[in-house]
Amino acid sequence: MINAEHLTKTYGTKVAVDDLSFTVQPGQVTGFLGPNGAGKSTTMRMILGLDAPTSGSVTVAGLPYREHPQPLKVVGALLEARAIHTSRSAYNHLLALAATHGISATRVHQVIDQVGLTEVAGKRAGGFSLGMGQRLGIATALLADPDTLILDEPVNGLDPEGIRWIRDLLRGFAAEGRTVLVSSHLMSEMALTAEHVLVLGRGRLLADLPMSALLAQAASDVVLVRTPAADKLAQALTAIGATVSRTEVDALEVTGPTAGRIGDLARDLRISIHGLVPKHVSLEEAFMDMTRDDVEFHASASHPEDVDGSPAPVGAGSTA
Amino acid sequence: MSTADARAVPSTDGLLPQQRSAPPGAPLPAARRAEHSRPTVRSHPVTARRVLVSEWVKFRSLRSTAWTLLSAVLLMIGIGWLAGWGSNDSWSDLSPQEQATFSPVDITLAGYYLAQLAVSVLGVLLVTGEYATGMVRATFAAVPRRLPVLCAKAVLFAGVTFVSMLAAAVVSFAGGQQLLDEHGIGFGDVGVVRGIVGAAGYLTAVAVLAVALGFVIRSTAGGVATMCGLLLVAPTLGLLLPKGWQEHLLPYLPSNAGAAVFSPHPSADSLSAAGGSVTLGIWLLLALAGAVLSLTRRDV
Repeated sequence: MINAEHLTKTYGTKVAVDDLSFTVQPGQVTGFLGPNGAGKSTTMRMILGLDAPTSGSVTVAGLPYREHPQPLKVVGALLEARAIHTSRSAYNHLLALAATHGISATRVHQVIDQVGLTEVAGKRAGGFSLGMGQRLGIATALLADPDTLILDEPVNGLDPEGIRWIRDLLRGFAAEGRTVLVSSHLMSEMALTAEHVLVLGRGRLLADLPMSALLAQAASDVVLVRTPAADKLAQALTAIGATVSRTEVDALEVTGPTAGRIGDLARDLRISIHGLVPKHVSLEEAFMDMTRDDVEFHASASHPEDVDGSPAPVGAGSTA
Repeated sequence: MSTADARAVPSTDGLLPQQRSAPPGAPLPAARRAEHSRPTVRSHPVTARRVLVSEWVKFRSLRSTAWTLLSAVLLMIGIGWLAGWGSNDSWSDLSPQEQATFSPVDITLAGYYLAQLAVSVLGVLLVTGEYATGMVRATFAAVPRRLPVLCAKAVLFAGVTFVSMLAAAVVSFAGGQQLLDEHGIGFGDVGVVRGIVGAAGYLTAVAVLAVALGFVIRSTAGGVATMCGLLLVAPTLGLLLPKGWQEHLLPYLPSNAGAAVFSPHPSADSLSAAGGSVTLGIWLLLALAGAVLSLTRRDV
């Protein structure tokens, strides 16, 4: 379990992390979401004691990271920037880190096998591809079989097979009751891996909720309608309380009624419909809406004012 | 004992941990499977000794380390032998006064002057190489208290430097005296042991200074430049100062303080051997204090 309380980090006048309080629970994969520069990596470095918080505190398993007698046993971490001497072989890199905790060379070979680097274990890490470097970083994180995994953008540079491998690994870890915190700026990847999400924007916590709730937030109630009688349908829809905006001469964006309701209404009015599609708001869009202006999470998806800001509201568009 | 063996041995009550904690009637095969999917990894608390072993693995697993150390050894021996042979060859060109003050120890240990450069570069690189590549984050994630890493690097590199430079100094002296022919002396003569051990000791001090400065400066270029400035440039630039200032400042530079320790014929305004040792010690304490501050106050 990771527990952050009022965690704040400033660099000069720039606030990288702003009064962040959260708990990462064991037994599930927690996603750390946010655009680049949101403060994810800084927060992770503070968890590991690499950066000292300007104020506030963070503990892992009840203690500040540095106070654990066997830190690698408590947290295995993969940090975004490579943390490997480029002139040293993967094997020696792991062996040196293993030595600090008296971990055997047998275990080093084991994690090298586990991440699939056996054939290149004796080669300089500097010659590794991004994906191989990432695998070595993951081997480092797994070395002491830690109770908590902290991975910063682990799927960067991995091929589809590697991405799936990471996903299974993280889920397996969580299923064993361990704590997993994984950051990404890829919402779609998160949706497949994480059961809980912490959304960060400009250093502030925008949301702390189950992934299912985030997906529900992202589900849209906007329907795109294509009809030659756009004016007439728009008036009828407005009359039943829908919010309608015109996107093209023959296209409407309708918020409120379901696609079925709109279709029935059109039939009753003998209006022909050329297209009737519930708008799919992608997770990426939902996530970008959430983090765009550093607004509070609830202000973005559920309020109709946002839709009102769209071009050509029906009253003006249809009568002009 | 391998991890597989460790798993196979039941604890004293004959039960695996899963069996003990599982409620009666819980499906055992599943518990066994879980046990197999998560083999116990034996690990131990981080101690100064373990950090030292880790630093040794790092030290021996970089090719550049071996090459730089070898170059220090070769500079020490090569220059010592060259100076011995050259001095003997041009003996008749020396003035009677020069012949009278000629020091066979100093001349065959002259290689220290360039060896200290190689030692400086290596000492700085052992630290700044980690900062440059990002390795330092992995190092401090494993040893988050950080100071054991400073201790281990300083102790390890001091040990390696002392042993290798002592050996190089012995070889340099022995070969150099052969080349000096009738002007050479033996190991039993006055000032010889002090010269050889002192030169190795001075280079060891340089080694620790370089490691400590590496933690303060963190960049390879900056660290190497600072070491060169301190050891080579400062003593030369100092000669531009007014005479009255020179005698109060120059003897306290690390290079001159070191020379006072191991040279049987130091320059006129040199410190005593004891004074030189104390001065070097103060330089080391200052640099180490700077490293401790940098490690405890700054982010990685």
